[in-house]
Amino acid sequence: MMPFVYDRPTSIGETLALMEHRGHQLLGGGTNLVDLMRKGIAQPSRLVDVTALSGRIDAAADGSLMIGAAARNSEVAAHPLVRANYPMLARAILAGASAQIRNMATVGGNLMQRTRCLYFQDAAAARCNKRVPGSGCDAIGGFNRYHAIVGTSPACIAAHPSDMCVALAALDATVHVTGPGGTRAIALTGFHRLPEDRPDRETELASDEIIVGVEVPAPSRGARSTYRKVRDRASYAFALVSVAASLELHDDRIAHVRLAFGGIAPKPWRALRAEAALLGERATPHALAAAVATEFVDAAPQRDNAFKVDLAIRTATAVLTQLGGSAP
Amino acid sequence: MAIRINGSDVAPPTDPRTSLLDLLRDGAGLTGTKVGCNQGACGACTVLVDGTRVLSCLTLAVQVDGRSVTTIEGLGSGGGLHPLQRAFIDCDGLQCGYCTPGQICAAAAMLEEIAAGVPSYLTADLSAPIPVSRDEIRERMSGNLCRCGAHNGIVDAILRVAREQTP
Repeated sequence: MMPFVYDRPTSIGETLALMEHRGHQLLGGGTNLVDLMRKGIAQPSRLVDVTALSGRIDAAADGSLMIGAAARNSEVAAHPLVRANYPMLARAILAGASAQIRNMATVGGNLMQRTRCLYFQDAAAARCNKRVPGSGCDAIGGFNRYHAIVGTSPACIAAHPSDMCVALAALDATVHVTGPGGTRAIALTGFHRLPEDRPDRETELASDEIIVGVEVPAPSRGARSTYRKVRDRASYAFALVSVAASLELHDDRIAHVRLAFGGIAPKPWRALRAEAALLGERATPHALAAAVATEFVDAAPQRDNAFKVDLAIRTATAVLTQLGGSAP
Repeated sequence: MAIRINGSDVAPPTDPRTSLLDLLRDGAGLTGTKVGCNQGACGACTVLVDGTRVLSCLTLAVQVDGRSVTTIEGLGSGGGLHPLQRAFIDCDGLQCGYCTPGQICAAAAMLEEIAAGVPSYLTADLSAPIPVSRDEIRERMSGNLCRCGAHNGIVDAILRVAREQTP
């Protein structure tokens, strides 16, 4: 690990001043960054530990929930308001990593975590356009069972690893950031970028900006929601496919639906095309599967992950069927 | 400032690259905490920080300055074994024993989480008291691997202590 200077500021102002140093990186729980530093993939000359900033979880008067960026993942999942009003978010967080890692990881850090693509992680032997722009991608044509099937580019097929962000995408959450130019709000669904020809540019966050919190809108009262994760072992593994969904029926027809996928795309994947096809449909497995399939008409799977197209459609169909009341 | 480890103050390292795991083993001489994968995948290095289970391999020691750390050496009291240590012995919850300190530290915190009503991914009702079951324990202990495959004994041991604590 390269030497670095360590600071733990206690205010946003102090943090922004420290961020004027070139080569800085922000440190949350360290569950991803410390590992990347040990591998030589991240080489900050200064670590600005932002875990002393706000991790408060507060309900606003309009019913929305504001989650401070320094809140630990486990604190969010255990919070009474999250459990009662956003079960999809609680379950997504509880599906991620292990209890130890959830106790360490922060909300801001979860948004900024890097892909677990094996070739990105292998600095010694693999080419990776995300790690070294322009060097090539060894995942294309390599072992790509865990890679993305939608939103990819000829430069990168890495999947986004977060579970929490998939629920936040389905919940229409907003990321609040601040920097020298002031504060701004970015929709979670627009926060992460698709790789295109610059897979090294992963988010809309500027290098002099910091995430201060995530805002989740007031819950939709009549909707039922959940999160289901499919993986190679029963627990403590990244998703092959995960589904965050909420559903509300009126007169047996779908009147409200939110659908997002994890494990299949370079970013938390909000399935807007499927949502449009689902509206007005009956919640029968056949109708649901046909509507969900519209999301994947232009999927571009690789050698080892073509199964993800069917797995995504079937998992979403099962989840929506369950939410629709006729549990499989 | 200082890091309070099992009740004694230890100075934070001068090199911020030092992990909490390395500080415990090399700086404080507490070799009960084990180095497994050193990348957050196995749980062998699990310790408690202010009562919460964390991975000491991915924690920079400077991050816990001013906080309280409990390792396997500090879990029992007055030279006696912690109930989980006794149960692991009685239930054959180990073979080689390398993962055991991490397993026991994780289990101690896990029982506190259950007592506080913290749900897991398997918990059906997110707002009801947690029913202690083998499946709940397996899910909640999934961050601690045992290459000897002593998991059944590990679950037996934790289940025994959980049932002793919840009459």
